[in-house]
Amino acid sequence: MSTMLDKSLNDLIEAKVKELLDQRVETLVEEKLKKEKESRRKRLAIAVVSKGTIEAAYSALILATTAAALDMEAGLYFSFFGLNILKKGNQDSLKVVPLGNPAMPVLMPNIVSVLPGMTALATLMMKREIKKKKIATVPELMQIAIESGVKLWPCQMAMNMFDLKKEDLIDGLPDPVGAATFLEYAAEADITLFI
Amino acid sequence: MAGTVKVDQILDCKGLLCPLPVIRTKQTIDKMTVGQVLEMISTDPGSVADMQAWSRRTGHELLEHRTENGLFQFYIRKAK
Repeated sequence: MSTMLDKSLNDLIEAKVKELLDQRVETLVEEKLKKEKESRRKRLAIAVVSKGTIEAAYSALILATTAAALDMEAGLYFSFFGLNILKKGNQDSLKVVPLGNPAMPVLMPNIVSVLPGMTALATLMMKREIKKKKIATVPELMQIAIESGVKLWPCQMAMNMFDLKKEDLIDGLPDPVGAATFLEYAAEADITLFI
Repeated sequence: MAGTVKVDQILDCKGLLCPLPVIRTKQTIDKMTVGQVLEMISTDPGSVADMQAWSRRTGHELLEHRTENGLFQFYIRKAK
């Protein structure tokens, strides 16, 4: 009789201990996960693909360098015409294209914008403003980005497409990668943008 | 503020526009030691909101900010 009582008592204790342990482990795991999530640096991932223009370079580089200043991680993927921004000696010759751009400060109808020399004129005007207003230049922002650990990935396929070699691009870049590498990085990002 | 808190370093960002005041502040504070106070002066009206956001994100304490004759002054204590 008493052994039977012992046995059921043991079972009860065992069940209770198991329940309490499970609860405790669950809270600990939850706390640990929460802490890990909080301590992980926020991450910004930008795909710069559409254009190799001044405004595309500015949008991407301003956000990336500011992310780094905010203690965030940032990685940029340059494909198609975006790759233009990474070409050696090219950062000073990026253009603003007035054709089909309804937001030009001086309204340029398409019929005028299509004329030769209009892209050069619009670019000259914008560069003058950038200089006059002491706005950071693209090479300057690029340098800050590299120094603060922002990853600037060239797209391997676009390099093949435009017949570019690694030495045609600015120094300090990681090796060219494919879409999977960028997507793996972007999958863990808190902010993803497409420029 | 000057007089109540000792300023260890001054960063002049007058004339600079976004994102440079924030970036220069970060670059400067990275070279300072914990507890030191940086005074940043800018003329960019955007830096008022930006510096507060920067402080919340990085944890460096924005002790005070003032606006005077188009000048924006920020006092930041390095936290880590």
